[in-house]
Amino acid sequence: MSDGTPTKKAPYVVPIGPIHPALKEPVQFLFEMEGEVVKKADFAPGQTHRGIEWMGMHRNPVQIVHLTDRICGICGVTHSLAFARAVEQIVDIEVPARADYIRVIIAELERIQSHLLWAGVAAHELGFDTLFYLAWRVREESMDVIEYITGNRINYGLVQVGGVRRDIVPDQHPTIKKCLDGYRDLLGKMLNLFLNDTTISIRCKDTGLLTFEKALELSCVGPTARASGVVKDVRVDYPYSAYGDLDISPILPSAYGGGINGDVYDRIVVRLLEVAQSVEIIETCLKEMPDGPILWESKLPKLLSACKKAHGEAVGRHEAPRGECLHYVAMDGHEAPAMWKVKASSYSNLHSWIPMLEGEQLADVPIIVASIDPCLSCTDRVAVLRGVKRDLMTKEDLHRLSVEKTRRIQGC
Amino acid sequence: MTLSPSFKRSLWVFHFNAGSCNGCDIEIVATITPRYDPERFGVRLVGSPKHADVLLVTGPVTKKMAPRLRRVYEQMPSPKVVICIGTCGQSGGVFYDSYNLDGPVDDVIPVDVYVPGCAPRPEAIIYGVVTALTKLERIERGEE
Repeated sequence: MSDGTPTKKAPYVVPIGPIHPALKEPVQFLFEMEGEVVKKADFAPGQTHRGIEWMGMHRNPVQIVHLTDRICGICGVTHSLAFARAVEQIVDIEVPARADYIRVIIAELERIQSHLLWAGVAAHELGFDTLFYLAWRVREESMDVIEYITGNRINYGLVQVGGVRRDIVPDQHPTIKKCLDGYRDLLGKMLNLFLNDTTISIRCKDTGLLTFEKALELSCVGPTARASGVVKDVRVDYPYSAYGDLDISPILPSAYGGGINGDVYDRIVVRLLEVAQSVEIIETCLKEMPDGPILWESKLPKLLSACKKAHGEAVGRHEAPRGECLHYVAMDGHEAPAMWKVKASSYSNLHSWIPMLEGEQLADVPIIVASIDPCLSCTDRVAVLRGVKRDLMTKEDLHRLSVEKTRRIQGC
Repeated sequence: MTLSPSFKRSLWVFHFNAGSCNGCDIEIVATITPRYDPERFGVRLVGSPKHADVLLVTGPVTKKMAPRLRRVYEQMPSPKVVICIGTCGQSGGVFYDSYNLDGPVDDVIPVDVYVPGCAPRPEAIIYGVVTALTKLERIERGEE
């Protein structure tokens, strides 16, 4: 192939997945290879589609909150918080201030455990298993605190429409503070291990580049966008819950002293620094948490009847560990919502895989794929089923359906 | 333990995600990390079903993953044990009325050990693997 003439064999097509040791979740990749270089990349998600939105449209908001917990096991509070916020806007519920602070505390604890989880997975993808084990051992401390507060390690079930279901009492503060102090001491070590290590620098610098323009073009969110220099953080841009009372700013890789390249290394920097930011946020919240109730209405039948009477639509947003998560809910005076749409953060980020992967070596694929922290169980939303055959809808098909529907409504 | 020398201290586990919410998968990975460290007993995750003695299945088995689950199960050498992790693989759990499920897991492949919980704790997963060991012993002795 050195003379550039196409041979019979090239380009090779290498399928990876849906079950593959380098992937933690089912997704299928197709790579067109020329030698070791990826010429073209494509991916097909949809293996973990469970039809959650459809199920939700047959349940009432209190039941849906527990369904939203199980959209994704890592972002246990993200989806329930975004959904609860959407319903609260429709029903016109004012969440007690104390509940807002508790929501922020648990959301930030989740960010800590999710980012450490990711750091471990990234180290594992590089073949640096010692660091993987270190990151996950450290992560267990935050899991302990989450379990201490909510009673569960995963799928916390803490958020309720109109507040939270469990309080954080002063007796619990010392345990939480001990964990936070542990992270504060450890952060320097983690930064040193991840960012000054030759192995990680060689593999991650200038790998999986996503330029500022591309990140804007593809509407990337969260740490993936921030690592490319896009200043974007729902907590700052559209403050909600208690975030409006807090002094936070989006973290860019330049905060660590270097420039902004938009490579895998920058994504590591952003995530590790966000762990430090979350520690500070939790500490402030514990200090400033006001007294008062934690639920707008503790009697479920009353809450449900208020939801049943409500009409309207709203969007609930939350900055998940992976970026903006958005829930659109419409209610029309029935028990179940008339429409529920989930836009998970990974959905916005998946498309950045293609510019990142093209031109890279096959060996760099696992770390690049992992670098956006993909969460496919959040993302697999749209699948059209007819019998057992699955139809893939192209843009033209959707457009045609849309035109047909307009005609149908007009009755012509 | 009355297992043959090849099984003793070397139970290899393959993890299959059949549409899970990630909760059980993360707990499985948390299980193999230093806090719990089952590698002391030779239990480790492997990358290929052809190397595995135990299959850990998470998730309610979506329509797209069902044929793959069957294929992975067939690729495993005998004697083998299947552990179903998480409530949704056992009954559908919170996803019971979904239109896109072929599960629960035991409708697709035979299951030997059930570990309930949403998500089960790492201790429960280790207990499930230990239960699978005793089942393998019984298979070895020809009792099952």
